[in-house]
Amino acid sequence: MHGTHDAGSPYAPHTDDERTAMLEAIGAETVEDLFDVPAGVAFDGEYGIDSRSERETRRLVRSILGRNDGLTELLGRGHYGYYVPSLVDHLADRSEFLTSYTQYQPEISQGFLQALFEYQSLLVELTGLEVANCSMYDAATALGEAATLADRIRDASGTRVLVPDRLASGKRRTLENYVAGTDLVVETYPTDDGIVDLEGFERRVEGGGAGGDETDAVMVYAENPTVRGTIEENLSAIGSIADDADALFVLGSDPVALALLERPADVGADVVVGDASVLGLPTSFGMGLGLFATSETYLRQVPGRLVGASEDATDRRTFTLTLQTREQHIRRERATSNICTNQAWVALRTAIHVGALGPRGLVELASRSVTRAEELAERVDDLTGVTAPVHDRRHFREFVAHVDQPARAIASDLQKRGFAVHVVDDHEIQLCVAGVPDERLDSFVATLEEVVG
Amino acid sequence: MTDDRSGESDGPGGRQVRYDQARYVENGRYEPLLSEKDLTRVEIDGGREDGDESEETVNSPLPDDLTRDSLELPALSEPELARHYTRLSQMVYGIDSGPYPLGSCTMKYNPPFTEDVAALASAAVHPDRSERSIQGTLELLYRLQDYLARIGGMDAVTLQPPAGAAGEFVGVRIAAAYHDHRDDDRDEVIVPESAHGTNFATAALGGYDVVELPSDDGGRVDLEALEAALSERTAALMLTNPNTLGLFERDIVEIAQRVHDVGGLLYYDGANLNALLGRVRPGDMGFDVMHYNVHKTFATPHGGGGPGAGPVGVSEQLAPFLPSPRVRKVGGSSDTGSDSSGGGGDSGDDIGGGTRGREPTYELFEPERTIGKVHGYHGNWLVLVKAFAYVARLGDEGLADASAKAVLNANYLASQIEYDVPYEPFHHEFVASAGEQDAADVAKRMLDYGVHPPTTKWPEIVPEALMTEPTEIESKATLDRLAGAFNAVAREDDADLEAAPGRTTARRIDQTSAARTPRLSWQALERE
Repeated sequence: MHGTHDAGSPYAPHTDDERTAMLEAIGAETVEDLFDVPAGVAFDGEYGIDSRSERETRRLVRSILGRNDGLTELLGRGHYGYYVPSLVDHLADRSEFLTSYTQYQPEISQGFLQALFEYQSLLVELTGLEVANCSMYDAATALGEAATLADRIRDASGTRVLVPDRLASGKRRTLENYVAGTDLVVETYPTDDGIVDLEGFERRVEGGGAGGDETDAVMVYAENPTVRGTIEENLSAIGSIADDADALFVLGSDPVALALLERPADVGADVVVGDASVLGLPTSFGMGLGLFATSETYLRQVPGRLVGASEDATDRRTFTLTLQTREQHIRRERATSNICTNQAWVALRTAIHVGALGPRGLVELASRSVTRAEELAERVDDLTGVTAPVHDRRHFREFVAHVDQPARAIASDLQKRGFAVHVVDDHEIQLCVAGVPDERLDSFVATLEEVVG
Repeated sequence: MTDDRSGESDGPGGRQVRYDQARYVENGRYEPLLSEKDLTRVEIDGGREDGDESEETVNSPLPDDLTRDSLELPALSEPELARHYTRLSQMVYGIDSGPYPLGSCTMKYNPPFTEDVAALASAAVHPDRSERSIQGTLELLYRLQDYLARIGGMDAVTLQPPAGAAGEFVGVRIAAAYHDHRDDDRDEVIVPESAHGTNFATAALGGYDVVELPSDDGGRVDLEALEAALSERTAALMLTNPNTLGLFERDIVEIAQRVHDVGGLLYYDGANLNALLGRVRPGDMGFDVMHYNVHKTFATPHGGGGPGAGPVGVSEQLAPFLPSPRVRKVGGSSDTGSDSSGGGGDSGDDIGGGTRGREPTYELFEPERTIGKVHGYHGNWLVLVKAFAYVARLGDEGLADASAKAVLNANYLASQIEYDVPYEPFHHEFVASAGEQDAADVAKRMLDYGVHPPTTKWPEIVPEALMTEPTEIESKATLDRLAGAFNAVAREDDADLEAAPGRTTARRIDQTSAARTPRLSWQALERE
């Protein structure tokens, strides 16, 4: 079954003679004698899982995944399928990167530490904030960690975390779990035509909602671009309202958007969260890389690992994990987060992808995310029965379109013809251009015309 | 300071492996940062789409008030980048470089074919696709849920938690939801003093007070102390078995009984599951909820710190509380769609592309009293694909053999080293004591022998702890060389240890300086 092995794990190299010699050295008769397991809890059954050759296993996985339809995805809303250069795969798959672990021994791990230090530096440039950690799991958990940070620092006395009324449900629901152990509550503020409704926002921050007597807001969260693809126009105003209320201003974004849109530090953001794997990972069923950057003010409250520069015994510059007294393995129940295993390898991939693009390539990619989305909106708007974009705003990567027919039926018809789109309301679909080649967009427009026609 | 490399001997200990890690030094400095190789600033010129571009500017389709002014990043050619990262990789030690017996981390070989299946184009789907169009992805998730349920002796599994600590968090949130559902107000989680730091931090994140449980003289749960700690305030006890000393908690049935008697739940930290494959199942020991560390037990690569995945299994009564969504099978033929000893199992050939008329379909569903979500989507999908492939490759036979050889290797290695191992009988890992030596210095010196050292100074119950987990993948010959490294260091004096390492890329790194003057970016270095 296992190639050269006739039994057991194909990755355990012991011959029978070696096993015998090892048992002899230990002073045991059999391997089973080494297990100190009371009979009452021993498992004498079988899992019922077949063993397979490598080739059979590959065929099995290929066969299972072969049931996925091959569709052109005009999908986004937080997870994007930009093209990832081959260079990223080949360098990141070098086994020293892939098969090492957390750099507890920095002297033998300088390469990975330097790559993570460079990743942190890229985020410092993109956000304008002084400190970026070397990864959280994804955008949703990074948002949750931002809320626990807000809870710890508590510049304001209240308990409310304010998020937009339109927010990806995965983010909202993850945030709810992260604040469940605190006395924070998550509430919404209104949006107007796709971006923050400033007046409504200000009322909510000041506690003048329906009840009119709410506690202070300790954190406000806004996104740029928003989940519906609009570019937020009032970031500075949002920042100053948050600042006046002593609420932590957390901004959601990603490295492509940050390359072009307003710099978070310039609009008063205290924390930036988001999915950094929009660069580095292809479409991966939602697997991500949590971006977390903040101002130096909150350095000692940052969750997750930080790589810093130091010197070695020859006085040369080196890198090491630092400020670890924030972390669970030292601070235990008083740690800033429970995170241990993170997304370091994805951060490496993101850094290589940014490197491959360079500053010009990255800004151009971001610019094309605007022009291609807005051009597609114009083209589908020309079709009878489609109005796009729904919001009279500038757009990044994606936009919402109104369809006269039921959106679900249109999406279903499109799927039969090879395209996947979001259904976001009874008569709304959302379309994203990231990673979709121009000729596929042409084909999409033609297909949509058939479907709505 | 002399460099070990200038010596003539084959290695620091004479007969040992001679190891020299790659080291590039230029102008008295190690490999430069990307930013020191190049930094290029581009200005962003707003509101124009087809004006002239210069070397320094990029035209932006947006008005200036919606954009940043400029962006400064390295602009290197592809060959330069390839060399940069290839050099960096040479300055990293991985499992493929040599033994990596980092205790509690289960650094086993990561079969490269699992990378190939995770990279299949058919695996690259968006999470918002219709369920109908991603039946393959849902089937793989369903089968992995089923595999893990069988391995853990659990009734239901979620694959959403993206790491072990996230799995713990799911467990703690499920405990909260379960007690809440019963109108039972509980505010304490009990954690043994030798537990992983994540257990304490996770309980605190869930809003619980942490009650620390001392060990007995044998290194196991002290039943009297447990009795004293348990009360109607107890939401859960978090345990790993074997524990961090590698010892099996022999009283586990009694422990489970007592926790359940006060209405608490028993949580299994899956970090040490590699010791038990095919022999003991957490569900059979009385655990109500557990997480699996697939990057440990199921050989997915650790990637320099992650990604991992921390699926959670629960007993029937807790299934309604699991995160949303889960995958279930509907319709199709009556077989389970998974491996089974009877006919209709997945031998791998019976689903090879022919007609699949009897195929079941799979769908996502929201558990009735779900705790919600702990990840924006479905967790670390690519890691889950690799874990599925590993389990499908090894099967019952391979998994049981993995734990047998892991335990054999730990026992053999311990028998060959001169350091004292105070607690026995251990399983897949043991904790030696460096005695009069400083365990951290021992680790630094071991680097010079071409091996990765054990986890050091933890658990604290063993003075100067060297927590060692060789895993099943090492041969006798490798273990002999590894033991040689331990023993050579054991005989060296403190001065040698304190001067180590000498053969790694960097010499001993000053941790105090890093923390006292945080420099966390190349921008911070420039400001110096």
